[in-house]
Amino acid sequence: MGLDTILAMLLTVIAAATPLLLAAIGELVSEKAGVLNLGVEGMMLVGAVIAFATTVGTGSPALGILAAMIGGMVMALAFGVLTLTLMANQVATGLALTIFGIGLSSLIGADYIGTPVDKLASLSIPGLSDLPVIGPLIFGHDILVYLSVAITVAVAWFLKKTRAGLILRAVGESDLSAHSIGYDVIRVRYFAVLFGGLTAGLAGAYLSLSYTPMWVEGMTAGRGWIALALVAFASWRPWRVLGGAYIFGGVTILQLYLQGGGDIGIPAQVMNMLPYLATIIVLTVISAGPWRGRLDAPACLGKPFRPAS
Amino acid sequence: MEPGHDVVKEHPRLELRGITKAFPGVIANSDVGFEVAPGEIHALLGENGAGKSTLVKQIYGILKPDAGEIVWDGREVDIPNPHTARALGIGMVFQHFSLFEAMTVLENVALGMDDPGKDRTALAKRIRDVSESYGLPLDPAREVHTLSVGERQRIEIVRCLLQSPRLLVMDEPTSVLTPQEVGKLFETLRKLKAEGCSILYISHKLNEIKELCDAATILRGGKVVAACDPKAETARSMAQLMIGAEFRSVARREAGKDTGPVRLTLKGLNMAPEMAHGVPLKNIHLALRGGEILGIAGVAGNGQGDLLAAIAGERKAASADTVTIDGKAVGRSGPAARRKLGLCTVPEERNGHGAVPDMSLTDNAMLSAHKRMGFLKAGFLDKGKSRNFAAEVIKRFDVRTPGTETAAGSLSGGNLQKFIVGREILQKPEILVVAQPTWGVDAAAAATIQQALVDLAATGSAILVISQDLDELLTLSDRIAVINAGALSDAMPAATVSVEEIGLLMGGIHGSPEDAHAKGAA
Amino acid sequence: MALKIEARRQISTRMLYLTPFIAVAATVVAGFFVFMILGSDPVESLYVFFLSPFETKYGFSELCVKAAPLIMIAIGLALGYRANIWNIGAEGQLTVGAVCGGAVALAFWDEAGIYILPLMALAGLAGGALYAAIPAFLKTRFNVNEILTSLMLTYVATLFLSVLVFGPLKDPQGYNFPQSRMFTDSATLPIIWEETRLHLGFVVALAIAVAGWVLLSRSIIGFQIRTLGSAPAAARYAGFDRTRLTWFCLMLTGALAGLAGTFEVSGPIGQLVPNISPGYGFTAIIVAFLGRLHPLGIIGSGMLMALSYMGGENAQINLGLPQAVTGVFQGMLLFFLLASDFLVRYRVRVVKPAVEGI
Repeated sequence: MGLDTILAMLLTVIAAATPLLLAAIGELVSEKAGVLNLGVEGMMLVGAVIAFATTVGTGSPALGILAAMIGGMVMALAFGVLTLTLMANQVATGLALTIFGIGLSSLIGADYIGTPVDKLASLSIPGLSDLPVIGPLIFGHDILVYLSVAITVAVAWFLKKTRAGLILRAVGESDLSAHSIGYDVIRVRYFAVLFGGLTAGLAGAYLSLSYTPMWVEGMTAGRGWIALALVAFASWRPWRVLGGAYIFGGVTILQLYLQGGGDIGIPAQVMNMLPYLATIIVLTVISAGPWRGRLDAPACLGKPFRPAS
Repeated sequence: MEPGHDVVKEHPRLELRGITKAFPGVIANSDVGFEVAPGEIHALLGENGAGKSTLVKQIYGILKPDAGEIVWDGREVDIPNPHTARALGIGMVFQHFSLFEAMTVLENVALGMDDPGKDRTALAKRIRDVSESYGLPLDPAREVHTLSVGERQRIEIVRCLLQSPRLLVMDEPTSVLTPQEVGKLFETLRKLKAEGCSILYISHKLNEIKELCDAATILRGGKVVAACDPKAETARSMAQLMIGAEFRSVARREAGKDTGPVRLTLKGLNMAPEMAHGVPLKNIHLALRGGEILGIAGVAGNGQGDLLAAIAGERKAASADTVTIDGKAVGRSGPAARRKLGLCTVPEERNGHGAVPDMSLTDNAMLSAHKRMGFLKAGFLDKGKSRNFAAEVIKRFDVRTPGTETAAGSLSGGNLQKFIVGREILQKPEILVVAQPTWGVDAAAAATIQQALVDLAATGSAILVISQDLDELLTLSDRIAVINAGALSDAMPAATVSVEEIGLLMGGIHGSPEDAHAKGAA
Repeated sequence: MALKIEARRQISTRMLYLTPFIAVAATVVAGFFVFMILGSDPVESLYVFFLSPFETKYGFSELCVKAAPLIMIAIGLALGYRANIWNIGAEGQLTVGAVCGGAVALAFWDEAGIYILPLMALAGLAGGALYAAIPAFLKTRFNVNEILTSLMLTYVATLFLSVLVFGPLKDPQGYNFPQSRMFTDSATLPIIWEETRLHLGFVVALAIAVAGWVLLSRSIIGFQIRTLGSAPAAARYAGFDRTRLTWFCLMLTGALAGLAGTFEVSGPIGQLVPNISPGYGFTAIIVAFLGRLHPLGIIGSGMLMALSYMGGENAQINLGLPQAVTGVFQGMLLFFLLASDFLVRYRVRVVKPAVEGI
């Protein structure tokens, strides 16, 4: 295998990891505040279609990305109103959000099937981007790739170092305690959920503007759910989400390269099963340990909270 | 004080006027008013459900009064949230702590302050200094789940002290402490009083109030029924004010009456904790005889929950002969099998464990009695039978409810507890294991439940009571054992054992004597 | 005037059964605006979407054809959801059931006999159940979240079906189209209403709903399921075996979904194709909730969700609207239902503010 092949592989890993990372890091923040949003897939799809439609309509990918963030947040807001204000079951509402997102994105996207769009441009830094290997590997990506890493760093810093991050973790750890000390649990959770929507929207935008620059119905193909698994896999730690996203990206790539590497007698569909099977295996491995997961999960994850007044 | 404003007549630190607060179906506080002077330790006395916690939550800004005024230092104030309360100088130590298990002491303290400062090292030092100077040593780096209940309470107190409170509200602070820890706490509170801090001390324990408090306001059914000087009253007179009726004591058969054969044994029970932050059970031995009541004392969180689960069969032991019922090895059997052999249990948590809140009383009768009482026909439910059984429990145990089809969750704590205890007792258990039989229950219901336990023992059944309420255990039990850090002491005759002895066991005598000395010296 | 929200002391049964109607009404109102935004006459569109299927015998029969799999799957899901067991992979179980039932049909393609259909049904039941056994095993043995595993397995199942119809099960005389042979008459469900596609499966679905109702409300297993979902600790206290109930609920749902899949391929479709179901396994989730997790309610909600499929088709044919409208309506319906659920546990009161001294 030549250097070029390895380089190409690494680039594809980064591309496959980026949407997972974006979606998972927002879900991590939401779950750290105690809210389990199973609607990531739906928010991603809406983000993807809105980014695409806006970019096609305005010609500006920047506006497309912005619109995707807003779209994701509007979806998250609907989830928030139901689960936080009206205290609906988080699991059921998350499923509803995904079902609704699938329908809404197909409806919006119906007119855009087959429409081409330019792939999101790479940020090119004169000099650096032209370096061999390092150039394309580190300095040759589009804005969303850098953003995904930057957001992860920011989230890690926020949760660990800031007072607001401390409060957010406290709300996910014990909503009752946080409330009785005087924190507005519901408000904190709204912010966390909205942030999750924002990054899910970005993840969608990456798919429809960069990963495969077009709109296809259901193009997320379960990545929203894999992102959910990633958060548990990472035991709710931002750096591990980063690592996990890249490992999963690697699995995707493995599949592409095994297919591309000539006829090895395995149908393409079987290779396509890999990411899903990998998710199941990973979930099993992390759940099988006697204590893992239970200690790491925010104590109030998925529980509704309503203060008496 | 404002300059030039001489202290002619000192305002009360806190004055409540006509505080009224209603929840759906219950008026928690009705026209409550009293004053707390500067440097006064003021008792708020009342039995469970009298409205004490609701009242102080309004003072701390967690609940909003429907009507009435809160006057602070002579000025009427609005306290919309705890931040405002803290800004005024009000600190609160909750009965159910407002702590975060997976976080450090430092983070917990920082969360409870409005301006902890940026510098965490400085805050850690302040925590050490303040906690030492009040005899409540704390390590800021420890995670809360590694601490004992008494140490957790210290976090709450230190958190308040760091903000130099002028009024400290303490909601039932001693219910989780050993007798020795109570002594230490009182020293701290007296020190605070000497510094001019007022303390609003909520309790239903009369002896504590007599020992500690300067004044007392007595709440019953959400209303102020009396104000008194606790030092001038007897415990009995205050009890009558609190309960509003003659204090009913449990009719006890004479102690030392011969007991029957051994019904239940535990032999070397070891078990990992179920909850992530719990303590493991260590080599527990126990032999429970027919006709006796054996009490297990201990501070919350020392393995009581897992012990009950292991006896009930909700958690299975490693080997079958670790648990025996009438000689039969049942350590690997589930609750249904053990119930069939005559073992009934009442768990600590009523809503969601002993009963299903959203289900009717008929269904809740079905829950634990369907096999023993024969409510099933070929795998189908005989609702008529379980309805009749529920009705009988309601009648015999004076459960106040509209009927058998009412949801269990809508009953008051005391009535639901009577229903659950009644449901188990009417199944005629040969062994009954009860956790916290009267926790959060009013005095009348408590007396009913305790009498029922005594009467059941008199019929020859073996009874195990796990409770944090030492007074209750001393009243009920023939023998008392103490659980601490997952280990169970030998059982001692209740008639001869001293409170001090039990207290030392509760604190773990082999635990940390230097810790006790350090506190004593402060 | 201000609104005050109060917790009810016990859940309101009346509201519980009223909320689906509130949700439907809200969906119709929202639908009015959706159609307006899409630029078609809202009144006419609503008529086409919700009422036109009832105009013809064919329309009505198709409603029942589509409701059958929804009802069957939703009955299983409802039992699971009652116990807080979140199988969302019924679509995959349906697919595997269809493959198993279809494989039997193809194995007997040159034979005739009344034994073939029952064999297919058994294969479908077993296939769906065994596929659901995977999340059940992982859940009970390793405590792996069944939501994610069952969903991941759905993607796997769809790909598996694709492998088969592109490969071993492809019709040898099918001009290389990715589909199997057409099933023989012996492997096709009897039609119960002449000149329509309404097949025996609809009757089976209704029977399953009634059986599900008896199971849930009258049997000890139903009581155990309800207790486990409402208060897991109380279920353990009573000695109800969580592991066994998890297996039971997941396998039952899998079996019913598998049967529904077999009925689809042996009824309306008549062969194995890459896309067997227009998302019945997912829509059944809505059906279960909308029917209040009550087997008899599910019959009604199953018909309603079938209507949303028909409505989408009619809107596409008559109004030129994208068929995705169906998904939007389904999503909105579930949203509104979950939102109005608030009224089951809480009461909203209009309170007049106390007169403030001026």
